[in-house]
Amino acid sequence: MKEYHYTGPVEHKFSPYAFNGGTVLAVAGEDFALVASDTRLSEGYSIHSRDSPKCYKLTDTTVIGCSGFHGDCLTLTKIIEARLKMYKHSNNKNMTSGAIAAMLSTILYGRRFFPYYVYNIIGGLDEEGRGAVYSFDPVGSYQRDTYKAGGSASAMLQPLLDNQIGFKNMENVEQVPLSLEKAVQLVKDVFISAAERDVYTGDALKICIITKEGVREEIVPLRKD
Amino acid sequence: MATVSVCQYHRGGFSFENCKRNALLEADINKLGFSSPAARKTGTTICGVVYKDGVVLGADTRATEGMVVADKNCSKIHYISPNVYCCGAGTAADTEMTTQIISSNLELHSLSTGRLPRVATANRMLKQMLFRYQGYIGAALVLGGVDCTGPHLYSIYPHGSTDKLPYVTMGSGSLAAMAVFEDRYRPNMEEEEAKRLVRDAIAAGIFNDLGSGSNIDLCVITKGKVDYLRPHDVANKKGVR
Repeated sequence: MKEYHYTGPVEHKFSPYAFNGGTVLAVAGEDFALVASDTRLSEGYSIHSRDSPKCYKLTDTTVIGCSGFHGDCLTLTKIIEARLKMYKHSNNKNMTSGAIAAMLSTILYGRRFFPYYVYNIIGGLDEEGRGAVYSFDPVGSYQRDTYKAGGSASAMLQPLLDNQIGFKNMENVEQVPLSLEKAVQLVKDVFISAAERDVYTGDALKICIITKEGVREEIVPLRKD
Repeated sequence: MATVSVCQYHRGGFSFENCKRNALLEADINKLGFSSPAARKTGTTICGVVYKDGVVLGADTRATEGMVVADKNCSKIHYISPNVYCCGAGTAADTEMTTQIISSNLELHSLSTGRLPRVATANRMLKQMLFRYQGYIGAALVLGGVDCTGPHLYSIYPHGSTDKLPYVTMGSGSLAAMAVFEDRYRPNMEEEEAKRLVRDAIAAGIFNDLGSGSNIDLCVITKGKVDYLRPHDVANKKGVR
């Protein structure tokens, strides 16, 4: 009888989560907000789709960017849209950006012990018309920022934004407020750089520009390798 | 006259002297809460094809450390001898050192025999070394060249097995590249057709596999001539601002 090598008990476990990649970025200006994301959906070493943007328009003044596990991104955005409708029907007004942020925090914490594997960033205009960015962790902790990067290339983008928008680690620089044109150009540059080094980021970039006129979209091609 | 290999002194059999020390170091590091550095892998798509007058080897140029690109234009086609080249996938340090050691030993062997080295000799040396290390050297190679007996192509796996075939692919992008080969390979192709086929196979790996990317390098080996085309095709340029 041939010797069979028994390596010991092996535990097989089903994981309810998957990581589908993608990077999201939001910037708040004086009277505008930008929410940008790449459009690549991946898993492991494969690409599922080259055209799956991660920005979802909620109202005329708010856009949310969701990256992480795509299944949870889809479910979460469906839930948010339903809650927006409910609010509209009972209060006869649209939800403000700040209200959406507060609501999202409670939705996420409601699943504290089986979290939505989603990194959210909300970008929009506040009640005074100024740009607002709210960034979240998967279980609902949030704060208002001027700029935030989330998703797979966030660690590469955030320090660059700290330097260019927050003027950190720079001396003797004139701290001019960010204009819309400069912000859009910066977002394009930053994603081009992220696509060079992060394998999960690439294919195309979608920028949602939120002003008092409404939400405008711009699409820029990125590296496809 | 016995062949002298100076780059490695093997005492015969398996050499596992450092395994116990490595295990102890690993445990100590983990106790302190750190993790030992991960070896850089190349991700990679490499392939080779035998055509009418010789062999064509191809490779992408991306090296990854986890899912971050460490080198956007690294060279994966390594020199073994004037008529033999080798593409490497797997752990970058392993492919680099293994091919250099065998290249050095093959040069000494060639001086000793007074003849141009054969591809089969390089294959033997590589497989015997990799088997000796029982797969711990993570080098997956595509070896090709032309010698006095004709053009030859081998694929060599980290545990030491080899296959002698007319077309081979290795690396994380090997499935994408093999799909192209299985569709369009035919025996005794012309040089231009063979170069196009290898270029397209590597391109399939570059665009469909996240571990491969950037440019396509080609190496065309025929009797008496080697064309090392680096880069043969700049398939991806950085986005224009």
